[in-house]
Amino acid sequence: MNEQQNVPPQPPEAPKPPWEEKPVPPESRDAREHEQVREIAAIVPDAVLEAVEFAGQVTVTVARERILDVCRACKEKLEYKFLVDLTAVDWPERPEGRFDVVYWLHRFSDSRRLRLKVRVADGVEVSSVTGVWKVSNWMEREAFDMFGIYFADHPNLERILTWEGFSGHPLRKDFPIEGIDTGAAIYPDVYPPGGGPVAGGEGE
Amino acid sequence: MGNLEATRPFPDSEEMEISFGPQHPATHGVLRVMVRVDGEKIVDAKPIIGYLHRGTEKIFERETYNGTIPHTDRMDYTAAATNNQALVGAVERMMGVTVPPRAAYIRMILAELQRIASHTIWLGTHALDIGAQTPFFYTFQERETILDLYEEYCGARLTLNCMRVGGQPFDLPEGWTGRCGAFVDQLPARIAEWERLLTNNRIWKLRTIGVGVISAANAIEWGLTGPPLRGSGVKWDIRKVFPYDRYDEVDFEIPIGANGDTYDRYLVRMEEMRQSVRIIKQCLAKLPDGPVMAKVPKVIKPPKGEFYFSVEGPKGELGFYAVSDGSTNPYRLHVRPACFINLQALPELVRGHLIADMIAVIGTLDIVLGEIDR
Repeated sequence: MNEQQNVPPQPPEAPKPPWEEKPVPPESRDAREHEQVREIAAIVPDAVLEAVEFAGQVTVTVARERILDVCRACKEKLEYKFLVDLTAVDWPERPEGRFDVVYWLHRFSDSRRLRLKVRVADGVEVSSVTGVWKVSNWMEREAFDMFGIYFADHPNLERILTWEGFSGHPLRKDFPIEGIDTGAAIYPDVYPPGGGPVAGGEGE
Repeated sequence: MGNLEATRPFPDSEEMEISFGPQHPATHGVLRVMVRVDGEKIVDAKPIIGYLHRGTEKIFERETYNGTIPHTDRMDYTAAATNNQALVGAVERMMGVTVPPRAAYIRMILAELQRIASHTIWLGTHALDIGAQTPFFYTFQERETILDLYEEYCGARLTLNCMRVGGQPFDLPEGWTGRCGAFVDQLPARIAEWERLLTNNRIWKLRTIGVGVISAANAIEWGLTGPPLRGSGVKWDIRKVFPYDRYDEVDFEIPIGANGDTYDRYLVRMEEMRQSVRIIKQCLAKLPDGPVMAKVPKVIKPPKGEFYFSVEGPKGELGFYAVSDGSTNPYRLHVRPACFINLQALPELVRGHLIADMIAVIGTLDIVLGEIDR
């Protein structure tokens, strides 16, 4: 007897649940035609340089000179009333400006979020958006403190997390992770310049 | 001459400037506020922070993705579980990982227990600051039980490190759900007990009603999130707006206030604890079987891109903005700290009040300096 004929028909294999499959990472796509991007392009023409969608989040890169116009339009005309987050990213090797300043906006009417981004070169000012959203005050101070990005027309651009007189901007990629010699700055009578606790000198 | 002027900062008025903190028991950590006062009335206040800055975001860049989780515990150290949840959520979404349902439910239970634990600390210390000493002992008793539950689950009481990219590191120990269920069953009676001490207490009401008022529009302008925003009457909760884990499968209400004062924020948080109990009960009843860890690669390597993910922490919206360059370490991992941004509104809330009211406002904002300074 042919054994193969006795095997009962197997049911088709059930698809595995997603957590047992190998994860498929999302891919970035061009989002120039995305609705949220088109809204901006319609109100502030020529400001949008680039638009990318990744994992459902839209990032719009805006010309540095136009950021204040775009933010104002976003708040007043497009109802992005809420600035959730503002921060920066350092890309030291990038020719078109080493810093990204990143704005993350929210609107309540349809619960959508939008990321704006400007590229800023070292030492170049970017307009402060404190006049648009009050909340950006401390966020810009933090970006200034950590990256050394200057925000023009900020009411009080001081260091916020490190102390006044601290030299350097810790979140820049070229800032050493083990820290810098702050000993000499605080206790000049104890530590010679460069001889502080972390400079590998004779501080200890 | 110049020096003489400097000793009287405001020559034309009786105003003076005092430094409040940084070592003051009512600032909940090392917060310093430069207060300009006219008599005892606050003209202006300027929070000065950074005393606890540890460069957490810089350290993140050195660690692997799973290696950053213990550092998040140390930001808002009263709510480590929600910090973990925000971080792993961001990385999982960047990698396209789906968490198994059992892991998602365990996360929700841990996060809601954490919300209760955080609110018990807030209530105890906030009442203590205003002068009601008794609630502190009651609330910390319940918090202790929650910490015991955490200890049984992951070995730690405060810095939990209890989530991983892809799921949960361990399943629940035997009998844990029973003990957790017994705890949440008796909790509403305890919350009622705390409310009996405060809600209709005349002194409590005098100290909190009409203190630190902020309107809904102003609260949005200042970026407030969490109970300070809901206290002003904005129905806004990340768990409802952008449901993560399995929050869309459980029923709960978002409590809101009407007047945006300290008393309303107190009522909002009290109700939040009851809602958390409700969520935990549903999670325990629905807790599915199955694995607690998804099939993730041994080496976590999200693709190039950037992603922001936030959770509703006990203090407000806690977000992580992750930028990946395709390597094993985050290129940049930025925290959107709820406390940092809520604290920024402090001058707005205290202007015109007495110094004693500022203590109430610092308490009602429920700040943790570990998260503010990072």
